[in-house]
Parts: sequence; structure tokens; C-alpha cells
Amino acid sequence: MKNVIEISQLEKAYGTFKAVQNVSLSIEENKIYGLLGRNGAGKTTLMNMITAQIFPTSGVLKVYGEDPYENAKVLNQICFIKEGQKYPDHFRVIDVLEVSNELFPNWDDAFSRSLIKDFNLPLKRKIKKLSRGMLSTVGIIIGLASRAPLTIFDEPYLGLDAVARGLFYDRLMEDYAEHPRTIILSTHLIDEVSKLLEHILVINDGQLFIDQDADSLRGMAYTVTGNAQKVEAFLAGKETVHREPFGGLLSATVLQSNNHLERQQAAANGLDVTSVSLQQLIVHLTTKKSDQKGESV
Amino acid sequence: MKQLIDDGRPIFVQIAERIEDDIIEGVLLEEAQVPSTNQFAAFYKINPATAAKGVNLLVDEGILYKKRGIGMFVASGARVKAMEKRKELFFEQYVVTMIQEAEKLGITTDQLTEMIRRGEKR
Repeated sequence: MKNVIEISQLEKAYGTFKAVQNVSLSIEENKIYGLLGRNGAGKTTLMNMITAQIFPTSGVLKVYGEDPYENAKVLNQICFIKEGQKYPDHFRVIDVLEVSNELFPNWDDAFSRSLIKDFNLPLKRKIKKLSRGMLSTVGIIIGLASRAPLTIFDEPYLGLDAVARGLFYDRLMEDYAEHPRTIILSTHLIDEVSKLLEHILVINDGQLFIDQDADSLRGMAYTVTGNAQKVEAFLAGKETVHREPFGGLLSATVLQSNNHLERQQAAANGLDVTSVSLQQLIVHLTTKKSDQKGESV
Repeated sequence: MKQLIDDGRPIFVQIAERIEDDIIEGVLLEEAQVPSTNQFAAFYKINPATAAKGVNLLVDEGILYKKRGIGMFVASGARVKAMEKRKELFFEQYVVTMIQEAEKLGITTDQLTEMIRRGEKR
């Protein structure tokens, strides 16, 4: 499969602070990626570099095989919807959409009109009169209707209600099935989008922490709960990512080893075995990492 | 078809299981066409590539086969094959856990057999 983005040893430093460091990854064509991580982890910095909004301090960054900076051939293929995207205040919604129509070579006007209807967006209203959620809707419509070969959404739904978010996921999947393209979705609402994602990238403290197929992450861990002593006995020799004592009970999240019968063994020992959602797993893994760092300091 | 996908297990495995369920329960008959990858994706709201992976798993096992340019179909003999596969799982998932729970409650093997008989009559 063709790589749309190739990044090697990428770094962005602001003085002594490294917002992104030592990141190497590749983005394959026509897959949906989830770019996840805590606040300030470096997700937006990374996306800003990919879309040539800022310069990397060092490292290699190729988008469609070329340096993206001031490269019309590359930038024409990208649609980047930023968190809290700004539009000229005196523009009406329709003006923004008309400019987008000019800007994006693959723009589908009929699709944008059906989205406007779905989301109930008032076309004639001025941008500065829109609510926060409506403003986010404008970004989402542009991101979808642009059908850009590389579409990047950076936390696109500030102020958007659950119904509208659901509508966004539905329309995104429907259109993606018919018009496959590369999509990077950065979000904190992991549980909501996890089923849509094919590949997961997690950034932690400016570094790439997880770069894995979503489905292989799903089977990666499980939680055992039961009598603390029994749980401790079961945990021996296994890698634990999270533990939570509760009275005489202990609940521990364990990384799955090569032993496929492990879960059955836990159940045989009288422990409760439950699966771990992608969101829980990522929360456990990222907090564990910062704990370890805290200890070493 | 059931809704709800468990986010703690690989989704492609769950898709394969659902198709197997439908074949075993006779919802999908042998030689019948299986919904397309995009239909699965739309129904379960999952990534089409993930749905395709689940379908391909069953193709590899000879439970589904592909007619070029038309779609996926249930292979003849698929029902027996799927049921054999499930019988193995049945032992691990139900029988073993049932015996463990019975031991915990102090139910003897004889009492357990008695209970199974009683359950059958219902």
C-alpha cells in the first residue's frame, strides 16, 4: 500500500521545550487513523507540521513524497479542519462554502447541500452570529464535502451535541465507503470513534507512544477482579498496567501475553474477567507512562 | 443480527462470529449472498476495512466464498463447519465455566447432571 505521509525523526522545539520529538511514522493511503493523546501531548503540533502551517526543527517530513511547505501540488490534496477554525466575521455561511468550493478540487456541492440540510445549518446567517456548535458544523461540512485525498480533523466538534456528533460519524463512514480517502481524526472522545478507526496513533509527551492496528489493540489487555491474594497470585510474571484495590478486592488490568488460555485460567481461579475498551486501555497506558517518569525523577 | 459491538475484543472477530451465528441459526442459508462489506460497515457503524477483515477470515476457513464481481456467498457445508468450530468453543466457554461455578457452590457432578436433565424438560 502507498504511503501518503512519511515522517522520520521529526522534531519541533520551542526554545528548550520539545513539543514533538523523535517521531517516525508512516500514514498509508485510504485508511482512517485516530491520532490520540492527552492535552498538550503534541498532536496539533504534529498536524500543523504535516499541513505546512509550521516548520519542523529537524527530521524528515514527506507528504505525497514531497516537502509540503509552499507546495501547491501537495497542499491541494489536503483539507485540514482545525479545532476552533476561524472564518472572516462578515462572511455568511454560504460565502464560506462558496470559497471552499473554489478551494478544493474534489469539492462535491450536492453533498455539501445535503449535509447543510442534515445539520440544519442556516445558510444566510453571518459567521459571527453562529453558536459554537454551529461553527464546528461548518468545519465538519467543509471537511466532508472537500473529499480531499488527505483529510485531517483536529478535535472538530467543540460545542457539538451528541446527535450532531453521531450524524458526523454516520456521514463520514457512508462517504468514506463510497469515496475512500486518507483520514486523520484527532479526538479525546475515543469511545465514540474507536469503531471507525483502522489504525491508532497515540502521542505522549511529544513522542509516538502507540502505532498499531486498532483491532490488535482491542485484544491487548483485560481486567481481572477478585480476592486480592488470588489476583496477586495470578499477576505473578504478567505485565500489569493498572491496579485498583477495593477493600479485600483487587482489580488489575493485565497485558495479554502469548498464552491464549490466560483468561480462562483467571476465570478458573475464580476471578472475574472483563474486557478493556480502547479508551480505558489508552488511559491506563498513558497514565502508567507518566507515573513511571514521576518515579524516576 | 444483533447490534452492539464489544470494544474490548477485536471487531473483525466479532463480525465473523455474527455471520457464523446467522449461518448456524439459518438466517443466512447456504449459497445465499452475504451483505457487502459496506453494508456491514454501515449497519454496525464500523470501518469497512475491519468488516472486510472479518469476512475474509470466514473465506479463509471455507465458510464463505467469493464470486468475482458479484459478492460473498455462504459455502455449501458451511453450517456444519461453523457448528463444529462452535462446539469446541462451547466446551471452553460454557461447560468448563459451569463446572467451576458448580464446584464453588458445592454442587456435585451427580447433582449437576440432574440439573441438566431438569433444564432439558423446560
